[in-house]
Amino acid sequence: MAVKKHTVLPGFGLALGCTVLYLSLLVLIPIAGLLLRATSLSWMEFWEVVTSDRVLASFRISFLASLAAAGLNGVLGLVVAWVLVRYSFPLKGLVDGLVDLPFALPTAVAGISLTNLYSNSGWIGSRLEPLGIQVAYTPLGIVVALTFIGLPFVVRTLQPVLEDLDPEVEEAAASLGANRFQALRRVVIPSILPALLTGVALAFARAFGEYGSVVFISGNLPMRTEIAPLLIMTKLEQYDYAGATAIAVVMLLVSFSVLLFINLLTWWVRRGAARA
Amino acid sequence: MAGATTLSVHSRRRAKPRVITEPAWLRRTLILIALAFLGLFLVLPLVAVFSQALEKGIGVYFAAIREPDALAAIRLTLLIAAIAVPLNVAFGLAAAWAIAKFSFPGKNLLITLIDLPFSVSPVISGLIFVLLFGLQGWLGPFLREHDIKIIFALPGMVLATLFVTFPFVARELIPLMQEQGSEEEEAALVLGSSGLQTFWRVTLPNIKWGLLYGVILCNARAMGEFGAVSVVSGHIRGRTNTMPLHVEILYNEYNFAAAFAVASLLALLALATLALKKIAEGRVHGELAGDTDSTAA
Repeated sequence: MAVKKHTVLPGFGLALGCTVLYLSLLVLIPIAGLLLRATSLSWMEFWEVVTSDRVLASFRISFLASLAAAGLNGVLGLVVAWVLVRYSFPLKGLVDGLVDLPFALPTAVAGISLTNLYSNSGWIGSRLEPLGIQVAYTPLGIVVALTFIGLPFVVRTLQPVLEDLDPEVEEAAASLGANRFQALRRVVIPSILPALLTGVALAFARAFGEYGSVVFISGNLPMRTEIAPLLIMTKLEQYDYAGATAIAVVMLLVSFSVLLFINLLTWWVRRGAARA
Repeated sequence: MAGATTLSVHSRRRAKPRVITEPAWLRRTLILIALAFLGLFLVLPLVAVFSQALEKGIGVYFAAIREPDALAAIRLTLLIAAIAVPLNVAFGLAAAWAIAKFSFPGKNLLITLIDLPFSVSPVISGLIFVLLFGLQGWLGPFLREHDIKIIFALPGMVLATLFVTFPFVARELIPLMQEQGSEEEEAALVLGSSGLQTFWRVTLPNIKWGLLYGVILCNARAMGEFGAVSVVSGHIRGRTNTMPLHVEILYNEYNFAAAFAVASLLALLALATLALKKIAEGRVHGELAGDTDSTAA
């Protein structure tokens, strides 16, 4: 990128001022309000809320289901991105466009549709039931919904990286006697690993906070299929603002850690690029 | 969330020599796995929405959409989007102008903060406004005294929607405007046009497809948001129910055909969004290449 020089363009103060004002009013102050609210709880009270059995169970379910969904998306998303970038097949453009569906489809619609498909009378559920596999209203159902929600992240993060991969490196590996699998394992995978991890982390972050698609398919049984965002909702409905705030703070901490992890990954990639 | 919704600003692929591809059986297997995964997780749910919506016949379908509560939900959804999208467009333009055209300390922090709403759970996005404006909130007593209702009313729903759709326009425009640089604007200014003229005649035509792309995504999320709006809405039928909330109520009442009928409208919106996005994406590549012939008129 070109070095910025002194510019004659007008409107810097106005544009930056509006941006910072709008950002503060809409995002920073409300989030700060939540954190301040949490400080009105004593440390003991806070600890009591977030370590109660029901809350801990909901964190565990949210965390494990998000991890499973992000992992599944990591593997299958890699296959999808690879196929879309490297191979040609009929209707590829359409398939590629469809990948963004989870971004565009409202989560409530996805939720009721997946529940319908995987319930015992649904197209998929009725075929799985004789096998003894129950998806709807079990933790497995949560994983299905979170996989849907996270699907585009890995694919869309990997695609540009795969497209930019220099074919000469793979050619060099081949001409130096590496077979195709060695070339993939030693050359391709290492160079796309940061992007893959970023995609998985994004899918995880999205899944961890997801609400709309999960509440329909999960059955919302306390201790078994109750996710943390739903518990916030329940506490709010009981006017337990302190409890809701405490859970929200823990969730924010998890989200911000993931955000930090992603930024570190980006920094790592940039440093690698600068050295090369 | 960084990267995922952003357009790729990279060159298209080139022809691949034979030595760097996989054997045919493996290629076919991988394609099959990918298609099976997408079919199972994307196509099937989409098909199910429409098939369930039409299961009881076209008459039931249209009755469910024309029913007064459904119409009220559609109106409210359109109203919220009509307020939230233009505000976020204005913000997105201001943010992109400041970030892409100037250098200043703290720029990277600002970009991170703009992305922040993407990493906050929708439920928390609603909760923060309840804590500010709700009856037990910071401003609750003041608002009650002056008889201003924000939570469980339109303003709260607009605020929650603004929050969750906040980054969309800005994050599409920032990379696009950074790639384009500011030579064209500088030339226009040197030739004597005013700042505003430069913006309307030079910047806006250059970014219009990228802007459209951001607007489409912002609008889709604004109309489809469920969690955040659900927290602040209060679910008053016919008054504070948006389309996604109306779908939930119908579904919980076991009125599946009607729930899927309203859901099918949202699914159509999603399909239109994807189609427009595909078109805009192609044009943005043109914008990056400096190809402005589409603006010749």
